Amino acid sequence: MVNDVVVSVLLISGALLSLAAAVGLVRFPDLLSRMHAATKPQVLGLLLLLLALAVEFESWVLVPLLVLCWVFQLLTSPVSAHMVGRAGYRTRHLRRDLLTLDELDDVVARAAVDHGPGAHRQRNGGHAGQEADGVP
Amino acid sequence: MSRQRIPLITELPLVIWLVLVWGALWQDFGPGTLVFGAIIAYAVVNFFYLPPVELTGRFNVLWVVPFLGRFLVKLVTASLQVFWLAVSKGPTLRNAVVAVQLRSHSDFLVTATGHAISLIPGSLVLEVDRSTSTLYLHCLNIASAEDADAVRRDVRATEAWLIRIMGSGQDLAALRRERAEQ
Amino acid sequence: MIVAYVAGGILSLAATLALYRAVRGPSILDRVLALDVVLAIIGAALVLNMIVNRHLDNLILLVTVSVIGFIGSVTVARFVTDRK
Repeated sequence: MVNDVVVSVLLISGALLSLAAAVGLVRFPDLLSRMHAATKPQVLGLLLLLLALAVEFESWVLVPLLVLCWVFQLLTSPVSAHMVGRAGYRTRHLRRDLLTLDELDDVVARAAVDHGPGAHRQRNGGHAGQEADGVP
Repeated sequence: MSRQRIPLITELPLVIWLVLVWGALWQDFGPGTLVFGAIIAYAVVNFFYLPPVELTGRFNVLWVVPFLGRFLVKLVTASLQVFWLAVSKGPTLRNAVVAVQLRSHSDFLVTATGHAISLIPGSLVLEVDRSTSTLYLHCLNIASAEDADAVRRDVRATEAWLIRIMGSGQDLAALRRERAEQ
Repeated sequence: MIVAYVAGGILSLAATLALYRAVRGPSILDRVLALDVVLAIIGAALVLNMIVNRHLDNLILLVTVSVIGFIGSVTVARFVTDRK
């Protein structure tokens, strides 16, 4: 009976975290803040749901696959968030009026000046990292 | 296409990880599965060539458990915080892009820090400058310079934890000196 | 089991909200993000299904769904950067 209660609580809170992601997706004003809401409550939500699965079936054979499933999400979700976020910043999909501070913008502006007047500012936008790699 | 041979020892963590994935997918850790998995992992590592990951050669297990505990606590509180922000503030949210200068110059450690930071809701790595090892983070709900400072302190604390777990001896010495000065 | 209905209801509400953003989304990145969330909700629904019907057939599907979400959003992000 204790198991059933634990499973229920884990299921409901996991589902609520999915709802948190969706509510954030609808309510937040620009792409980058939506990314926060969308990608990360999912990590915790999946953890809770997998825990519910482990408690319900009470089998140790299951644990490696569940751990694998979660570790996979731990490894992939920041990478895809970074890729989408970087693409969003470079293609100006953010509302600058909502930022209280933008320290990347100064770097981008300086990089544009260093590349001379011919350099297109947007093209150079956010390339600070790649220039360090020696990638044109 | 010329490939330089990578020594087996740098590939070993990757091969072990692939064998574990193989075993978990079959839900069977018997010797037959593991040996066959090792053959497949070795073939995969050699055919699908990736640049080797330079580990630092240090790994302190003692610090891992408290780090995971801190990480989980942060994950839970920050997830709830994002939920609360979505419900209460919604469209009137103020954000910021904050630059954080890290101590370490190892690619591996900068990546690990960025990863840990990205997983905790409320901050997101937008851009990395490898030459100065600076992370540019997009942070939710930053209204003032003090909030930005708090983010910087937090990120550098996370980095300090990771240095203690698997930083190089050099980084560790730098961290100790910094602590001693304070 | 009333919990299953409650959790299912919450998940379908979440899926509806995410789909609303996928339809409305001003840019392609918004849509990709929303579809990523829909995929995660499908994963949650798979777990719910396994618990209610007491089977384990969906586990591999769960891993596959998260991999597909990852590959999809990275591909689209790459594409958006290159086109501009």
